[in-house]
Amino acid sequence: MKPILQIQNISKLFQLHHRGLPYLSLRDRIAGVFRKGEELEEFWALKDVSFSVEPGESVGIIGRNGAGKSTLLKILSRITPPTKGRIVVQGRIASLLEVGTGFHQELSGRENIYMNGSILGMKKWEINKRFDEIVDFAGVDKFLDTPLKHYSSGMQLRLAFAVAAHLEPEILVIDEVLAVGDSEFQKKCLRKMEDVSGQGRTVLFVSHNLPSLKAICRTGVLLQEGRVVKQGSIDEVIDEYNSFHREFESIASSIHYYQQVIQVRDVRINDSSNNSVVMEDETLRIALDIEFMKRTPFELDVHLKQQEAPIASYANFVSKDVRVFEAGSYRMEYVMNLPKLRSGKYKLDLFFTEPFASWFAVSENIIDVEVINGDHHTFLNNPSLKWGSVLLNGTVDIRKVI
Amino acid sequence: MQEQQNEYIISSDQSVALNLKELWTYRELFYFFTWRDVKVKYKQTALGVIWVVLQPVLTVAIFTFFFGRALQVPSGGLPYTIFVFSGLLLWNFFSASVNAAGNSMITNAPIIKKIYFPRIIIPVASLLVSGVDFLIAFVVYLVALFYYHVHIDVLLMIIYWPIAVFLLLIGTMGISCWLAALSVKYRDFRYVIPFGLQIALFMSPVIYPASIIHYRWINYVLALNPMYAAINFFRMPLMDAGTDLVLMTISCVSTVLFMIAGVFYFKKTEAFFADIA
Repeated sequence: MKPILQIQNISKLFQLHHRGLPYLSLRDRIAGVFRKGEELEEFWALKDVSFSVEPGESVGIIGRNGAGKSTLLKILSRITPPTKGRIVVQGRIASLLEVGTGFHQELSGRENIYMNGSILGMKKWEINKRFDEIVDFAGVDKFLDTPLKHYSSGMQLRLAFAVAAHLEPEILVIDEVLAVGDSEFQKKCLRKMEDVSGQGRTVLFVSHNLPSLKAICRTGVLLQEGRVVKQGSIDEVIDEYNSFHREFESIASSIHYYQQVIQVRDVRINDSSNNSVVMEDETLRIALDIEFMKRTPFELDVHLKQQEAPIASYANFVSKDVRVFEAGSYRMEYVMNLPKLRSGKYKLDLFFTEPFASWFAVSENIIDVEVINGDHHTFLNNPSLKWGSVLLNGTVDIRKVI
Repeated sequence: MQEQQNEYIISSDQSVALNLKELWTYRELFYFFTWRDVKVKYKQTALGVIWVVLQPVLTVAIFTFFFGRALQVPSGGLPYTIFVFSGLLLWNFFSASVNAAGNSMITNAPIIKKIYFPRIIIPVASLLVSGVDFLIAFVVYLVALFYYHVHIDVLLMIIYWPIAVFLLLIGTMGISCWLAALSVKYRDFRYVIPFGLQIALFMSPVIYPASIIHYRWINYVLALNPMYAAINFFRMPLMDAGTDLVLMTISCVSTVLFMIAGVFYFKKTEAFFADIA
């Protein structure tokens, strides 16, 4: 059988203006006549990407941020053209790069279903036919004639996903839209998507949520810096992703020192000394080898962040007396019980501090924590929460080595 | 679904031809965009649709007072109210469309960045939204014609009104598409368009008859304006506009060229809207 999608040597070049604005003003254009050759930085978001997809296959596209996943999806969705290469498509592609595209706050729920469905490529009769199903799936029947602006964000999301879930194209392209919504609804959506891929429809799915990728996709493509580095069964690709993840620099070498009072020789998180951690349960073990140059009051602060917003922190000194260390080398082993976290990507920041006084050293935005958790349920996953709102339990074991 | 084995190719070469077959499959989206904008436009306004009637009536009243009564602008034997209304009816459609279309790509940028559809639907929908206002104002215009007992040559009306409306549509579409595309690239056009429209109002025979200008070369320049032919054709059944065949031909040709150039420029740049919008 002929592949439903043949991606042939796709490359995409972006030219970045150093002034930051992607669009021009007339003044720049007029000035440009006199000042030739403004420096443009060239950036290849995709380089020579080729693979093909068989009908009925569900493919997971994996890669770190900036690997080119979203660009690939945009090219497949015809939002932006490739710079080189071509894609041969057999059938209709519907893409869901966002839920609720075209939603308008002033329109009612009913009107938005038609507007959104139509933008996603449904015909009016198709929307009519599935209208009741959509309303039922979203659970918004009481508010159908209320303007969208009076909906809660959860309701808007459910409505948006309900419309999208009732698309029936040959090829469905989905970008991480599942990263939102309450857990009950997420499960419903996952089931619906599994249905979709089970029905023999072709699905391309980008997500950081490895368990849901495993559930939905049979094969995978791993992108790294705009190139395909691995393709095969989804398990192989996820293994490869996790292993190249581990090749990054060690935490100890990433530490930024403010005061040369301490020297951090080694940091190991869950027995690994590099800056990428995969967690499959809720126990976080941090082992430090630290040398104090002189008598020093010291404590470790740990902040777990998601999308730049700390969601949990460990700061021992809040509850205990400040510990003061004599000069020398120490091995410290912290064990923290994290609350149950939703699968996803987090960052861990380590602050080596003199409590209430100053920072000796910081390892910030370096450590990636990937939580792989069967359950998507947590109330903690709320970026608006301030750090420190959850205080973690932990024990410390300290031995003087020398 | 219905187009089961519908092979197509995504590549870097962008065709500048209007893909009419594709536009036909997306025909409902024209309707939905227009319908959305019409709904949103008059939601939460106390007078709602009454505004559509009030806007032209008030402008006509103001123009009649200042230009007709106070300045005694000649109107070729017509009551000045009818004279200026026939110009404003077309002008308002043009001006509202160009204004809305000019901003349309930017206001719809979130959609453009997330989903594909023929981009030309967006400026054209702005035209259709103004078209709804135009139709309502047209009914008011017909009422005014009866009220002032204007003598209409019915045969000329059947010939010239469709021509006028056709010229109005293609001229407006060309300029709208062109400005919509330019505003994505150069944000300055958001400020340029309102000024341009103000100047263009005085360069179009809206408040004065084209025949009062006696400098030949100025007439040639004014005739490049697509609105020149549309408004003159529209007035022909009502009055002897004293129009010049050469000038009308210039304006018709210019209108068609605006249409072709505008749509061509739009198609040429549309592929990159998502990258720069």
